[in-house]
Amino acid sequence: MALTLSRPAALAAASSRPRRRDWHAFTAHAILLASVVVLAFPLYYAFVISTQTLSQVTTMPPKPWPSTAIVSNYAEAWQRAHMGRMLVNSAIVALGVAVGKIAISLLSAFAIVYFDFRGKNLVFWMIFVTLMLPVPVRIVSTYQVVSVLGWVNTYWGLTVPLMASATGTFLFRQFFRTIPDSLAEAAQLDGAGPMRFLWTILLPLSKANMAALFVILFVYGWNDYLWPLMITNTPEMRTAVIGIETLVPRTSQLPEWNVAMAAAMMVLAPPVAVIVAMQRWFVKGLIETEK
Amino acid sequence: MKRSVFPNRWLPYALVGPQVIITLVFFFWPAFDSLRLSLYRASPFGDRLIYVGLTNFERLFRDDAYLRSALTSFSFSFAVTFVGLALALLLASLANARIRGLAVYRSLLLWPYGIAPAIAGIIWLFVFHPSYGILPWLLSFVTAYQLNWFLQGGAAMMLLIVAAIWKQFGYNLAFYLAGLQAIETSVLEAASVDGAGPIRRFFAITFPLLSPVTFFLFTLNMTFSFFDTFGLVHAVTQGGPGDATSILVYRAWKDGFEGLQLGYSAAQSVVLMALVIGLTAFQFRFAEKKVTY
Repeated sequence: MALTLSRPAALAAASSRPRRRDWHAFTAHAILLASVVVLAFPLYYAFVISTQTLSQVTTMPPKPWPSTAIVSNYAEAWQRAHMGRMLVNSAIVALGVAVGKIAISLLSAFAIVYFDFRGKNLVFWMIFVTLMLPVPVRIVSTYQVVSVLGWVNTYWGLTVPLMASATGTFLFRQFFRTIPDSLAEAAQLDGAGPMRFLWTILLPLSKANMAALFVILFVYGWNDYLWPLMITNTPEMRTAVIGIETLVPRTSQLPEWNVAMAAAMMVLAPPVAVIVAMQRWFVKGLIETEK
Repeated sequence: MKRSVFPNRWLPYALVGPQVIITLVFFFWPAFDSLRLSLYRASPFGDRLIYVGLTNFERLFRDDAYLRSALTSFSFSFAVTFVGLALALLLASLANARIRGLAVYRSLLLWPYGIAPAIAGIIWLFVFHPSYGILPWLLSFVTAYQLNWFLQGGAAMMLLIVAAIWKQFGYNLAFYLAGLQAIETSVLEAASVDGAGPIRRFFAITFPLLSPVTFFLFTLNMTFSFFDTFGLVHAVTQGGPGDATSILVYRAWKDGFEGLQLGYSAAQSVVLMALVIGLTAFQFRFAEKKVTY
């Protein structure tokens, strides 16, 4: 009895399993595909608008396909907002912040892991506390410090104050601690000094972590808004993200959304490109920096 | 713990030097200065500071506009976090199957992370545009209700919430998918054999097992929506209409930089500082107890 009962059951299970799995896979693909499309739509729509003429943009119904005004819109946006200068500023800030933060946090993590020195705990806690002091909690006074230094409206002011990094330091500290002690001992036996050890052994080993941090920090530096808004006061020093606000048509202005969208496309392209190109490191960075 | 291996007296100080100097000059000094400034107010001509004790804080907690901002900030952050995470979790659970091409989907989901909140906001500003946007146009077929962020605080708020969720969504979904894929199917199959339905299985097994991912995404989305959305508000609504979208960070900036009320703005910074310290403490306590990465 048991046998006869279990047989069809087993058979049914065997035959329904693949079908259920097919169904599962089908829903999964459908949902993910829908998510991808819905997520991409605003970007696609913004791109489409950036290729249309003013009259195409402002007549209803909306036309969701590209048109021919692409060159004139991008040229107009480029000229009107000094886009070239702003993109260069953004690149300087993003690269400066990313490289500076990586260098500074790598060096301090090296000191913390590979040396014994007085005040080490204090240094460690100081770095830790910066986590609790993001720019918004010290708006006016940080500006005052920067202006005392005479760094308002300079690249120094835009980059250096953002270079301290608790997350970077912790990331490298964590990583260095997983490196076997024997490596440093061997280096010492070979007569290599600490800086040589850092340069020839630790640095090559840290490449993956540096790449991961780089993606996150580049995106952060490029997209930062509050800091450049406070520190710069001329159009020549504005970064792209804060500069394009001037192109957004307000109520009383000609609704040139096509130009605004062309500018938006140019500003968002570099950080998105970095993420897409360095995908693998980006995912690693996302996980590591939030631990 | 690693044994220290390099005996050197001055080198470690030189190595931590840059970090320590930046930390002291741009973090500690301003933070203490915020604390100090919050006890002062600028004289009418702005040429000197007058000590006023805790008056700024008293004023802050009696200021209806400030309390409204606090409410705005919290409702905005919770809306972005809860709606964003709930939606991501729902879709991830429905899409949780061993399929091919997950890596491709992941790439197609993660790119919006690179878009600045301000730019995301400007794109959605147009999508929501009362006269030319595609969304009000589509809505006009369904309802006579006119969505207008020029005039309605609620519509402006919704626009910001949608833009913020959009920017974070793919990344929330990608993390939930990865979390779900890491759960052993044998556990779920066992529960299934015991007669637990899909909903029961989800709440009894999947959701608790996902708690580390949820916790990670929760803190990340809260911090993002509370602090990193300044650009979104500044570029898109400028806190308006009225002050419907003036989140706390935006108000602190505005009072300090446009209103030049340094002491009052510093007091707001101090309140924000207390909030961050609270959030960090919560994160660490909770992370130690419940969450294992």
